[in-house]
Amino acid sequence: MRLTYPTSIKIVRVPCTGKVDIIHMLRAFEKGADGVCVIGCMEGDCHFKSGNFRARKRVEQVQKILTTVGIGGDRVKMYNLSSGEGPTFARYANEIHEIIMELGPNPIKLKKKQAA
Amino acid sequence: MIVADKKPVEEIIEYVQGCKKILVLGCNECVTVCEAGGKKEVGVLASALRMYFLNQGEDVKIDEVTLERQCDHEYLEEIRDVADEYDAIVSLACGVGVQFMAEKYHSVPIYPGVNTCFLGATEQRGLWTERCQACGNCMLAITGGICPVSRCAKRILNGPCGGSSNGKCEIDSNLDCAWQLIIDRLKALGRLEDYEKICSIKDWSTDRAGGPRKVVREDVQI
Amino acid sequence: MSVKTPSKLEKILSEGHLAVTSEVGPPRGSDPEEVIEKANLIKDHVDVINVTDNQTSVTRMSSLAACIHIKQMGLEPMLQMVTRDKNRIALQSDILGAASFDIFNLLCLSGDHQSFGDNPKGQNVHDLDSMQLVQTVRMMRDEGKFLGGADIKRPPKLFVGAAANPFADPFEIRVPRLAKKIACGAEYIQTQCIYNLDKFEEWMKLACDRGLHEQTYILAGVTPLKSAGMAKFMKNRVPGMDVPDDVIKRMADTPKEKQAEEGINICIETIERLKSVEGVKGFHIMAIEWEEKVPGIVERAGLYPRPEID
Ligand code: SF4
Ligand code: SF4
Repeated sequence: MRLTYPTSIKIVRVPCTGKVDIIHMLRAFEKGADGVCVIGCMEGDCHFKSGNFRARKRVEQVQKILTTVGIGGDRVKMYNLSSGEGPTFARYANEIHEIIMELGPNPIKLKKKQAA
Repeated sequence: MIVADKKPVEEIIEYVQGCKKILVLGCNECVTVCEAGGKKEVGVLASALRMYFLNQGEDVKIDEVTLERQCDHEYLEEIRDVADEYDAIVSLACGVGVQFMAEKYHSVPIYPGVNTCFLGATEQRGLWTERCQACGNCMLAITGGICPVSRCAKRILNGPCGGSSNGKCEIDSNLDCAWQLIIDRLKALGRLEDYEKICSIKDWSTDRAGGPRKVVREDVQI
Repeated sequence: MSVKTPSKLEKILSEGHLAVTSEVGPPRGSDPEEVIEKANLIKDHVDVINVTDNQTSVTRMSSLAACIHIKQMGLEPMLQMVTRDKNRIALQSDILGAASFDIFNLLCLSGDHQSFGDNPKGQNVHDLDSMQLVQTVRMMRDEGKFLGGADIKRPPKLFVGAAANPFADPFEIRVPRLAKKIACGAEYIQTQCIYNLDKFEEWMKLACDRGLHEQTYILAGVTPLKSAGMAKFMKNRVPGMDVPDDVIKRMADTPKEKQAEEGINICIETIERLKSVEGVKGFHIMAIEWEEKVPGIVERAGLYPRPEID
């Protein structure tokens, strides 16, 4: 099965979404990412019990911080799916892509360019 | 340990408006354990501040350093050579660290990056609770090892009050009544008869009430 | 027990009469008329009028000032004092102030936590607790000394009491706690409102078994229920209040317009039953913002007329 998802998305593999920390997401934005999407296992199915719940809480924290600093909390989002769900993955990927296209580029990327 | 909580980023942004060079300074002790002011939190705050200023179109340099402790001269000396270069230092140490910094480095404004909350313990990850108010005259020996000063909402030394119900405090049904805990513990120790001893009026002069306190130990002074 | 103060309450109790006290809550303003009006409603039917001290931590006219108004009407006030708002300097000072107006009754309380009231952001003091306040008053009266050790010129003559809540937890220490209050010097006790009579009787029996009823005068607290809603509120929202389900049911099964009357009936039945309980030496009727009902309750409960004391 060959599924297409937007080429703009760069995948970073982690053993568990519980490994994704606030600082990782913030760094991505600092470096110019327009959005970050964390995709974890279905709630209740985490191999490490609560990794995906933690990830969700951290995503919420990042949303708050991004809103505060003027980048916009909507640029980060968490989804859950199970391993065999390729089509759903593609759907989520398209969805976040559309959200980001609507929001436009990360404002600090532009500012960095202006400064350079 | 001293338990602190993060301050809202908005508040910190307010403090450092207009600064061109900012140091975010963490502490490796209590505030690291309670995940409010360690290296990790320094990274998050610094990143947030960088993005904020970039987005405002302001060129602000933000550095990150985490010291072993901010309540000891030796460790604070580590930033001696660089401290003056900053327009502001945001200290994520407890209120003690922030003040000790400020006493040492006169020319740089030091802002608190956390709210210092209490002396407490880690009940579980992400949950810290108060255990002591440093009254300076510990009475745990007579209360079965549970502190009515810090854990009874009314500091009642001869409790419980009439509001204790189902083991919980009158102010919050999720909060244990300290006196229920004391009684349970005395019972477990086979010392319930001690409950009837009247706790006499406390000397609060060793508490905050007596003014800023000092411990002098000539035996260990150099 | 020999009489130690000029308190009318002490005299009535020592002569073996069932005492009746009630209370007046000072107003949220400075108009003395409100105190005077409330006191007038109950003055002929009670021996002593308790004046609450910023009850439920809501700011009101000071208890001492309201006591003075009542005293100036020729009535007998009881100053309630909570340890929440004042340190030992202020407490001792108010005790002298009260004594200077010949206020003869003092009830020592810790007070509700300030989070219940209109200043949840305020500090609390709790320099002393209620038992230590009892000790303080007794020292001032009996030894004529301040806590600091100095002599008091014209020591206060106050009949000192404390509160007891037989319904708070843990039950097993409720009687030992009463014993502690007595050991501190509480000469009378006013209890929390009683709705669970079985539990109260159990508490009273344990107290009598230890002979505590002979060391202090216990006044049983009652509060007439105005409605089924109030009964439920008391049960669910007031910490340390025990309103049994059958009381709530009885109120709820009564048609709305008759509930107030039913509440008063329950109150009178409670007094009737408690009269025969060993150790009960009187009643404290707390008719919250319902003072006009007190005379009827006192009369119907067979507690009227009040004994004449000179
Ligand atoms: S009694 Fe005083 S020193 Fe001891 S735990 Fe309590 S507050 Fe701390
Ligand atoms: S319920 Fe217990 S902890 Fe709360 S104020 Fe009363 S005695 Fe203290």
